[in-house]
Amino acid sequence: MIKTPSSTKSLFLRHDMASFAPLSARRLLVLGGITLILVGMFFGDIFAVFVLHQNAARVGRSLSRAAHAAIAGDDSAVRSSFQDVGAFLENRGTKVDTHVHVIDFGYLALLLAILQPHVAFAESRKRRFAWLFLLGGVLLPVGVFLIHYVGLLYSPLKSIGWASIFADVGGLFVIVATLSYLAGLWKHFQSAERISVQDELMADRSASGRMLLVGGLLLVLVGFAHGAYYAAADLYRHEAADYTILSHLAAGAAERNTVAVDQSLADYGQLQGDKAVKIAAHTHIIEFGLLAMILMFFQPYVSFSETWKLRWAGVFLLGSVMLPLCVLLELQYGLLAGGLADFAGLLVILALLAMWIGILRYTGHLDAAAGAPE
Amino acid sequence: MSGARRLLLLGGIALAILGMGYGLWYAVFAEHQELQEIGASLATGFAGAAQRNSELAQTSLVRYREAKYNYERQVDAHGHWIGLAMLLMILGIGFDRLGFSERWKFLLALSLFLGALLFPLGVLLQTLNHGPIPRALAILGSALVIVALAAVTIGFARSRTST
Repeated sequence: MIKTPSSTKSLFLRHDMASFAPLSARRLLVLGGITLILVGMFFGDIFAVFVLHQNAARVGRSLSRAAHAAIAGDDSAVRSSFQDVGAFLENRGTKVDTHVHVIDFGYLALLLAILQPHVAFAESRKRRFAWLFLLGGVLLPVGVFLIHYVGLLYSPLKSIGWASIFADVGGLFVIVATLSYLAGLWKHFQSAERISVQDELMADRSASGRMLLVGGLLLVLVGFAHGAYYAAADLYRHEAADYTILSHLAAGAAERNTVAVDQSLADYGQLQGDKAVKIAAHTHIIEFGLLAMILMFFQPYVSFSETWKLRWAGVFLLGSVMLPLCVLLELQYGLLAGGLADFAGLLVILALLAMWIGILRYTGHLDAAAGAPE
Repeated sequence: MSGARRLLLLGGIALAILGMGYGLWYAVFAEHQELQEIGASLATGFAGAAQRNSELAQTSLVRYREAKYNYERQVDAHGHWIGLAMLLMILGIGFDRLGFSERWKFLLALSLFLGALLFPLGVLLQTLNHGPIPRALAILGSALVIVALAAVTIGFARSRTST
């Protein structure tokens, strides 16, 4: 329930009836953007639980088969094992890309939603660009997801299949829509009436908003510091080790040294795990920080009491800290840390879903007020 | 709207478009070929080992290392440009809340924008030049972003205290 004084509330509602009207660009981008993020996060959690580790094990087994085939001098078995490795890596890569792109398009949709009052186009035009953006934001990840399954079936091109083509068209839609909004912003900055644009979202100084802003900034800062540390301490070491271990593996296979091959395979698995958890922790903490800061702007639209808004902001930040931390600890504590990371992901999804429902309630209040007699 | 806010918003959207445009170009014209090169060179390296041809194995693995080095940097540049662009836009939207003078706000915005532009550019240039200049550019870019962001965090905390 909205706990603001009735006069302020009605003033706020009246203002938002225009900027947040049904099927307005802002409403489409806000609800569509959060939906994209929720779908992307849910997909990521399912992927982490049911696909990621199993796929990594299959890659490891295929690499081992390739190395042992090389020891046996079986050239064709080596090539067939590497074809399997390629297929498993493509499966993994396209699913990670789907997860990342759908979430990032959601973020961008929310940012564009905030900027809508400053885009100097007619509402109908802004709405068309919002639909184009959302269409592209769905088409690209769906196309990327299907790349592994569709392959080059009926493709007119040598190395790019239909799924990739549709994904690229989706990307183009997003670029066109974003460029159009940029043109609208530019037009706004050139116009004389730009000072008159007022937006209630910018005036919010609620406790939940402040909590999300400061928490988000700190998460991003920690993520940047961790990224800088990773680049300085691990990146080049990992790259050198990747090449060295594979060289030892190939040399061991050529010398028919099974012990050396098995040791190199174990080292390679350890290296890939170390690299994966560090990169995943870095990207997740920054993404969650950015999302916390974006969600801060939409707190006036979340139709819950301030206490509940604070609780959901707290749940969101708790999950955002726990997930990267547990991912980092996965190499030491295995499934326990992995399970906790998945639970933390669920906390973030729950908090975001709650905010989405709060915004949906707000649209209900707005639409009811718009339909009510003066 | 202040100059700092304008720089962050317009610069952020322009960087997002640059990152997306680069990603689209890369996906259409380069990514598949590069992934094929990674897979093929690795397979040839082990096939060389199977044939006891250590020279073929070694040269193929060097090709694999080069292709992977380039692929990872291309993807990193694409991802970081877009990620940093979003950060610029978010900060730009709320930048008026910062408890600093307009001059300081503009300097911070400039530092964030330059850092967000230079860091992925430095990473990308490493695919063309393995020398110290691209690496220095990437380090400078990341330092500009981190220092400015730390100052922005303090600025938001100051504004919160003052209100």
